[in-house]
Amino acid sequence: MPSWPALASQAFNGLALGSLLALVSSGLTIILGTLGVLNFAHGALFAVGAYAAFVLLQYTQSFLVAIVIGCGFMLVLGFLLERVIIRLFYDRPHEDQILVTYGVGIVLVECVRAIFGGNAQRVPTPSWGQGATQLGFLIYPTYRLQLIAIIAMLLAGLYLVLYRTSMGLVVRAGIENPRMVGILGINLRRTFLLVFAIGVVAVGLAGMLYAPVVAVTPDMGANFMAQSFVVIVLGGLGSFPGAVVGGLIAGEIVSLTSAFNSSYSEVMLYALMALLLVLRPQGLFGSEGRV
Amino acid sequence: MSKARSGGPQSHIPELAILCTLIAAPVLLPHLGFSVDMLTRVLNWGLFGLGFDILFGLAGLLSFGQAAFYGVGGFVTAYLLVSGALTSVWLALVAGTIAAGVFGLVVGWLAVRRIGIYFTMITLAFGQMAYFIENSPLSHYTGGENGIPGVPVPVLGLGGHAIRIGAGMPMYVLFAVIFFAAYVLARRIARSPVGAILLAIKENTARVAMLGHNVPAYKLTAFVIAALYAGLAGGLLGSFQSYMPPDAFSLETSGQLVVQTIVGGANTLIGPLVGAAVWLWLRDNLQLIPGLTTLWKLVLGIAFIVLVVGLRRGICGEIIHWWMERRTLGLRQAAEAVTEAIEAGGSATKTAASRNGDATLPLASPVTGDSAIALEACGLARHYGGLKAVDGVSFKVRCGSIHAVIGPNGAGKSTLFKMLLDEVSPTSGHVLLFGAHVTGHGVSRAAQFGIAKSNQLNQLFPNLTVRKNLRIAALARRRGPLRIDLLRAADSLPEVEAQIDAIVALLDLTARADTPAHILAYGEKRRLEIGMALATSPKVLLLDEPLAGMSPSERAATCALIRDIAQTCTIVIVEHDLDAIFGLAERITVLYEGRLLADGSADEIRGNQQVQDAYLGGLHAHEPA
Repeated sequence: MPSWPALASQAFNGLALGSLLALVSSGLTIILGTLGVLNFAHGALFAVGAYAAFVLLQYTQSFLVAIVIGCGFMLVLGFLLERVIIRLFYDRPHEDQILVTYGVGIVLVECVRAIFGGNAQRVPTPSWGQGATQLGFLIYPTYRLQLIAIIAMLLAGLYLVLYRTSMGLVVRAGIENPRMVGILGINLRRTFLLVFAIGVVAVGLAGMLYAPVVAVTPDMGANFMAQSFVVIVLGGLGSFPGAVVGGLIAGEIVSLTSAFNSSYSEVMLYALMALLLVLRPQGLFGSEGRV
Repeated sequence: MSKARSGGPQSHIPELAILCTLIAAPVLLPHLGFSVDMLTRVLNWGLFGLGFDILFGLAGLLSFGQAAFYGVGGFVTAYLLVSGALTSVWLALVAGTIAAGVFGLVVGWLAVRRIGIYFTMITLAFGQMAYFIENSPLSHYTGGENGIPGVPVPVLGLGGHAIRIGAGMPMYVLFAVIFFAAYVLARRIARSPVGAILLAIKENTARVAMLGHNVPAYKLTAFVIAALYAGLAGGLLGSFQSYMPPDAFSLETSGQLVVQTIVGGANTLIGPLVGAAVWLWLRDNLQLIPGLTTLWKLVLGIAFIVLVVGLRRGICGEIIHWWMERRTLGLRQAAEAVTEAIEAGGSATKTAASRNGDATLPLASPVTGDSAIALEACGLARHYGGLKAVDGVSFKVRCGSIHAVIGPNGAGKSTLFKMLLDEVSPTSGHVLLFGAHVTGHGVSRAAQFGIAKSNQLNQLFPNLTVRKNLRIAALARRRGPLRIDLLRAADSLPEVEAQIDAIVALLDLTARADTPAHILAYGEKRRLEIGMALATSPKVLLLDEPLAGMSPSERAATCALIRDIAQTCTIVIVEHDLDAIFGLAERITVLYEGRLLADGSADEIRGNQQVQDAYLGGLHAHEPA
């Protein structure tokens, strides 16, 4: 039995990882829910985001400016991908959608590798996130606490977009019943374009914010993508609240399991997903509908 | 009788071509930048891919977790050898392959219940789980991130005459022999009844189930076959490089297999091999060019996207497609011309009169009790929330009769029909077939009990020929819900072929037997839809609006066909064409707003005031506004 401070520290790690997974997965889940496309390039886009932060920080020297420009870059990348490739696949089988996004992922990762090489890069922690913070019984890295707060704000922003704007209403209606939305005369194609780009920005932001915490490599996104699959299955395919709650649960499972026996942390996550797919495929918040 | 039966020397051309290629490859290909070791590696991926192509190419199930079985086969083999538990590499390979198959059985049992995105994600999850299990909890046995070094090579023969199969050419020969045997086996599987059914599952899963095949069990069969192939390939990998690497388990391995299969061509069996050759050639040769060392995978990725966008059949698939198109172009154009002529309103019915009227089918119906009542609906109800689509309907269908169910739109006819064969499970009530319970067993069991249905909207296998469409149905009667006869040719069952011939003649589609279903004219498709239900030799045949969308002459022909069929089995028919119904049916059940309005002989119904009111909307007139 691990000590309480160790457990608490792991619980914070779980919160940091979980909030990150929530941001990655909410991008994945709104794309899946609205467009019906399971984006296998999501992991690659995470890495692209991290490298964007790496480059932009060198030029701007300001983390905040880098992130704002980085978001613009991810938005343009999202528009481009949807316009050039993804929209050719809306009427094709799920298998083809998975295949083509997997191919896009390979190309993105290899572009990154061609430009920056395969070695790990380091992104410095922003000046306002240095050091550690005293939290009563434990000391915790300041940037990770800020990371949790920043992501919470971002998710709240995404919530406002999805639940308080007319576009969000169309998106949520599209998740419920895309045919009906089309019949009502709403141009879903434009919404699709925006939703895909928002999903790409979300995962890119996650990559940028996480870059100072880990080694940045071209393949860094693969494991995150697999984990975010677990998250969206946990929360229900296409469900935004499900992605957030599922992300936090997944983060805590990985972190708390490793407090007991680190060799089982990832195994537990996938075992849970397998169990859930068998017993409750609609997830915690979703309904087993269009996919 | 049919012409192009399998067997004969012609049908073995692909095997011969593979054999020649395998012999010529180590002589010719090294000049093109393929070393012998690389060719051996290509064969290993090709072997891995044979199983995956049966799963994905044939059955249409996209798995992103094949690395799990490759890894299990590899590590079980390697561990047994290195730990000294087994000394024979051959036995260890068998053990590793079986272990992978057993793991495949467990994973597959969970995975095949889900389709589409769910199937892909569940396989990916199990793949990742296997990777992390290898990496951490089992690292004591598997070496974790270090893998298992020192895997011995196989030895042929005993004692002093034993030959060690060393690196280079001997290893290539071993892999080539195994690949060839595995290819021959895979081709037998693809051409077996199981292969035919898997292909039909990819085309239209629901219809395969409705015909009486146990779809999940067939999918599971494909899954286990793929796992066995993967396990054997994984076991051989350790021996080949005398080291079992942990990345055999990784997601990249599964992804590489998928990419190679798509690049080479799915549903061609050799596609994965060709794809692996492209992948490994690019990797090893582009790396030699200065400035391009890291770009090989980028090139590959772009090529992959182009193939998925525009050339989805892959290299081999496009070549085979082009070749077949060229060979059959004349036939197809002729078939399309016939279709146009029929749809322009010409010769559709000219042969209908010449039908011989003998509708006996070679395949017997399932044995059921002797009873005057063939089918009995007992208080069937189906509620959707507050909507009572069908509300407590009971009626009896006499054996050997044509029984019609009629009613205005929204009366609940289609829902009632779906409950009769358990396609929709009733909220309450049940169905008896010759006194035996049908309800609660699912649509496949109902088909095996002897209830078949032709659908309101055609549910054909569009890319299969008329004959193959009917074969899927006839196989369900002959073989039952599940039989794993992997080595028999799909068209080698004489009763099944006789059944198909009889039905093709009955449907007046003899000239169209080898035409793909999607080319047929509308009326022909409708007849084929009925024929597929009939090919299961049902006791009771349900016809859901068989005349919908037909021209008057086609209607007359179809009515004649229904009368012919009625000589061998009981028919229940839903139809809006009341003239046709009064001409055909002996008894008529009338539904109105989900309830039974009347039930009686055609004459009684014709004279029934309530029925007339219902059709004229008169009942509403008596209700308070």
